[in-house]
Amino acid sequence: MAEVNAKQVLFEPIFSNNPIGLQILGICSALAVTTSMSVTIVMCLSVIAVTACSNLAVSLARTQIPASIRIIVQMTIIASLVIVVDQVLKAYAYEISKQLSVFVGLIITNCIVMGRAEGFAMQNGPWLSFLDGVGNGVGYSVMLLFVAFFRELLGAGSLFGVTLLTPVNEGGWYITNGLLLLPPSAFFIIGLAIWGLRTWMPEQVEEPDFKMSRHTHKEAF
Amino acid sequence: MAKAKETVSRTLLVALVLSIVFSVVVSTAAVVLRPLQVQNQNLDIKTNILSAAGMLNEGASAEEIERTFAEFDVRLVDLDTGDYVEPSAVGVEDPMKYDMYKASSDPEMSTNILSSADKAGIKRRPNVAKIYTLSENGDIKRVVLPVHGYGLWSTLYGFMSLEGDLNTIEGLGFYSHAETPGLGGEVDNPRWKSQWVGKELYDADKTEPKIRLLKGGVGADTPNKQHKVDALSGATLTSRGVEQLVNYWMGDQGYATFLKKLREGEV
Repeated sequence: MAEVNAKQVLFEPIFSNNPIGLQILGICSALAVTTSMSVTIVMCLSVIAVTACSNLAVSLARTQIPASIRIIVQMTIIASLVIVVDQVLKAYAYEISKQLSVFVGLIITNCIVMGRAEGFAMQNGPWLSFLDGVGNGVGYSVMLLFVAFFRELLGAGSLFGVTLLTPVNEGGWYITNGLLLLPPSAFFIIGLAIWGLRTWMPEQVEEPDFKMSRHTHKEAF
Repeated sequence: MAKAKETVSRTLLVALVLSIVFSVVVSTAAVVLRPLQVQNQNLDIKTNILSAAGMLNEGASAEEIERTFAEFDVRLVDLDTGDYVEPSAVGVEDPMKYDMYKASSDPEMSTNILSSADKAGIKRRPNVAKIYTLSENGDIKRVVLPVHGYGLWSTLYGFMSLEGDLNTIEGLGFYSHAETPGLGGEVDNPRWKSQWVGKELYDADKTEPKIRLLKGGVGADTPNKQHKVDALSGATLTSRGVEQLVNYWMGDQGYATFLKKLREGEV
C-alpha cells in the first residue's frame, strides 16, 4: 500500500473516495433512515462511532487474529459495538431510537463498517485505522445528510422538524411530494449526487466494462 | 509470528478471549443502562396516554408528565363482564405492570376472535384490558382506553380518550404504527386528529358504535356528522382500518359492556 498520512486517511473518504458515492456501500440504510434530518444525524453519529471504534479494535487485535477466523472476529467486534450503541440510544435518545428502530441493529450489516475493518484496519496501525473509521463515517454522513435534506424539505416541508414550507395538510400552500418520503426517492437523490460528484471529479468515472462496436450492419430498409 | 498464530489452539484461544471480552462489554452496557431505558419506556406510554387525552403540553418535562399522569387511576377491566378485576387476577401486583398486548398471545389470558367478527384484524383479544380513568369528587371525568388494529401495513396501537359521558370523544392518538409516511402516516397529523374531538361514539341506544370515516370530507350538512370524521386522503385502507378498530374496540367485544356498566354506575 502506498504511503498513507493521517490527513489523507481522514479527508479522502469525504468526497474523493466517498463510501456511498464511489464505493457504493451502505445504500440500504441510506434509503431507510433519511426521511428526516434529526433521525439521520443520530444514525450518522452512530455509524461514525461504530466504524471508528471497530476499526480501532480490529487494528489493535490485527496481529493476533488468525486468518481463518478473521471475518467472524470482525463481526463479533462490530456486533458488540452496535449493541452498545443501541443500548445507549435507548437510554439517552429514546424518541429517536424508536424511529430508527431496527436500523441501528442493521449497522452490523452495513458494508462500510465491515469493508473498512477488513480492507484497512487489518493492515494499518490503530491511530490511522481510527481516523479511517471516522473519515468513512463522515463520508457516509455527508451523503446521508444531503439525501435527508432534500427528502425532508420537499417531502414534508420541514427541516429538523421545523416547518419551512407549510404543507397543504396543515393549512399552508405547499403540496408535499409524497414520493420523497418513500425509500425509492433516495435512489434518485443518490444517483444525482453521484452524477454531480463525478462531474466535479471526473477521475471517479469508471472505465466502461465494454465498448459497443460501431454500427456497421444495415438492417432491412 | 505469522506461523504461530495459525495453529488450532491459538485460534481457539483468540476466539475464547474475544468472546469473553465482548460479552463483558455488552452485558455491562445492558445492565448499566437498563434502569434508564425502563424509565424511558414508561414515560413514553404515559406521554401517549396524556397526548390522547389532550393533557400534554408542548415540551412538557418528564416531571410534569409524571405529575399529570399521577392524577389517573390505572384499572384492569374484564372485557366480557365489564367489571374491574384485581391486579392479582392477572398475576401482577401493580396494574401498571400488566401488559395486555403480551397477554393477547397467551392462550390462557386471551380469546380467539372469529374471523367474521375480527373487524380490527387482531386475531386474538386479551380478556383483561388496562384502562386509565380520571375522577373528580368520585365522578368519572375522563377515560382513556387502549385500542389497536390493522391498517394497511401494520398494526396501529393507540389510545382513545372519552369524556365523562362515556360517549364524546376527547381524542384519538396512535403511538406505534408503520403506515406509509405522508399517506396513512397522516394518522399522526395534529390537524386530522383534532377532528375527532367532540365526535360521538354511540347514538341514543348506546350499544353499537357508529363511527365512520368519510371520503371527501365532513361538511356542515352531512347527516349524522357527530359520528363522522374525514378519511385520510390517499389512504383508503388505513382509514378503513382506523374506522374498524375504533368500532371493534368500542363495540360489545371491546369496551361497550364496561362503558355501559360504568355509565349506569354498576362498577
